[in-house]
Amino acid sequence: MKETPLSNCERRFLLRAIEEKKRLDGRQTYDYRNIKISFGTDYGCCIVELGKTRVLGQVSCELVSPKLNRATEGILFFNLELSQMAAPAFEPGRQSDLLVKLNRLLERCLRNSKCIDTESLCVVAGEKVWQIRVDLHLLNHDGNIIDAASIAAIVALCHFRRPDVSVQGDEVTLYTLEERDPVPLSIHHMPICVSFAFFQQGTYLLVDPNEREERVMDGLLVIAMNKHREICTIQSSGGIMLLKDQVLRCSKIAGVKVAEITELIQKALANDQKVRKEGGKFGFAESIANQRITAFRMEKAPIDTSDVEEKAEEIISEAEPPSEVVSKPVLWTPGTAQIGEGIENSWGDLEDSEKEDEDEGGSDEAIILDSIKMDTGEVSNIGSQDAPIVLSDSEEEEMIILEPDKNPKKIRTQTISATQVKAPSKKPVKKRKKKRAAN
Amino acid sequence: MEGVMQTETKIRAESGIESGPRGPGCSLRNFACEQNLLSRPDGSASFLQGDTSVLAGVYGPAEVKVSKEIFNKATLEVTLRPKIGLPGVAEKSRERLIRNTCEAVVLGALHPRTSITVVLQVVSDAGSLLACCLNAACMALVDAGVPMRALFCGVTCALDSDGTLLLDPTAKQEKEARAVLTFALDSVERKLLMSTTKGLYSDAELQQCLAAAQAASQHVFRFYRESLQRRYSKS
Repeated sequence: MKETPLSNCERRFLLRAIEEKKRLDGRQTYDYRNIKISFGTDYGCCIVELGKTRVLGQVSCELVSPKLNRATEGILFFNLELSQMAAPAFEPGRQSDLLVKLNRLLERCLRNSKCIDTESLCVVAGEKVWQIRVDLHLLNHDGNIIDAASIAAIVALCHFRRPDVSVQGDEVTLYTLEERDPVPLSIHHMPICVSFAFFQQGTYLLVDPNEREERVMDGLLVIAMNKHREICTIQSSGGIMLLKDQVLRCSKIAGVKVAEITELIQKALANDQKVRKEGGKFGFAESIANQRITAFRMEKAPIDTSDVEEKAEEIISEAEPPSEVVSKPVLWTPGTAQIGEGIENSWGDLEDSEKEDEDEGGSDEAIILDSIKMDTGEVSNIGSQDAPIVLSDSEEEEMIILEPDKNPKKIRTQTISATQVKAPSKKPVKKRKKKRAAN
Repeated sequence: MEGVMQTETKIRAESGIESGPRGPGCSLRNFACEQNLLSRPDGSASFLQGDTSVLAGVYGPAEVKVSKEIFNKATLEVTLRPKIGLPGVAEKSRERLIRNTCEAVVLGALHPRTSITVVLQVVSDAGSLLACCLNAACMALVDAGVPMRALFCGVTCALDSDGTLLLDPTAKQEKEARAVLTFALDSVERKLLMSTTKGLYSDAELQQCLAAAQAASQHVFRFYRESLQRRYSKS
């Protein structure tokens, strides 16, 4: 589905509002939207909501062999996915420019800033290291994906616990969650991206642009910073020229915003940890706002299954008894076997057996071939002449097989079946009716 | 499958609310659902069954690609996204099962030459994932206001090694089970829309599971009803 284009009057309206220092959602120039962080039941799973933008983060780990040139370092892997759920314009399975740009920025922000101690992820140098994989799924796109994604990534990494391992000599033991408490990753600092949107060639600036504002902006400046006011990444896109003062001012704002967000993250993490320690309820079920009328819950519901057995028996007794035929393999010649009633192969020639039906007064169509030799000869024969192979009616044929007592066997020679193949086809339904009438 | 379809028609509709002795395994975990939580899709729902959670978004009826256009009905697409990694064969197979179920109830003929897209995102998997996906898809379709012949729900049953029946199993129970059966049932006649099974079981056990699933479906549909009643209530 295509994105609905923004009309000219909408664009003018938005720009005019920005010129008047007004934002459609009532925020001030430097205001962030509300950030909500909720955690799942597993370690390393979180949902970050930035206003209506929503990102799901999940960290997982795996033991792999390290890269050749980095024998003692663990591997970090980031993958942001723009699901179609987030916006109709995101097509599944397509690497759009936006996606590549976001993934690259995320890698620069989190991997290249060395916020995770990769050396602590080494188990056996040159042989086994941990690969930490961060999957981020955009669930709803309302602008400023990168900020939400970077928060989700760092929160998920902080929340994640990897299984403990011990090395004794050459032996590496991996402990399950029950055996030993999993260990958290060692995180040096928390880089967080802050986006600045520029309008009218850099005259106006907005923090945390929403989707509408992103559509009318001229340029974007993303600054990744940690709470120690160290810049981890800076990227300007959209082709606007910024003055030195503007960049400095932006970095100052970013410092303030990052401090606020870091505090929020730490509070959320501490809260979750406390709940887990106390054995309280945690997970997404707890984060659903109960007072909303769109949300509803039901407690554990017992279900009476005492009458299930009787019901099942009733149905089975009412149902037609299953066929008593047990397929016994028939050995024609050594090295071959045939299962079933000895009916001709139903894959290749269904319709012709029907023709045979008519020829013989519709009595029956169970056929046995004389010998395997003939059979093989026939197959090659058919293959060479013409083989309109019909596979569709196999169901119908199966049903006939299941009625064993109605099938007196008939012997047929290969010449008949060869002519049958060319015979005009008829609906197999007719055949069944006829057979019923005959019986 | 064919045998199921034949015998299935003979199952009578359930009536009344059950009471009496209850097995420990025969209960549904706590359910929770939130609708309309995403702003971009036309309809969305998050469905939780215990710790299993699925988020669903629905777009439609909307513009369709010419290559996918069907002249007399709506094109239904279902995408299921796993939490870790890229979608594989298991997801494709589930997508197909869900799509077939949705196609059976969605009145696509009312919106010819349009597309209805259901996007499902696994948020956490703690057993009975397919059933949860089906429930989330149904609630999202309801939220999007897509016309449907009936509602549907998914119920998973597990049979453990000594033949005990468990409803709505957790991941651990599913792993230990001898057979895991998932059914989709409609709300009007309580009939089978889809079934998928894994493992060994006898025909009697299949019928038992189906009967148990029907009993469980009543609870799920009651949950749907109460949830929608709350949503459209004035207070």
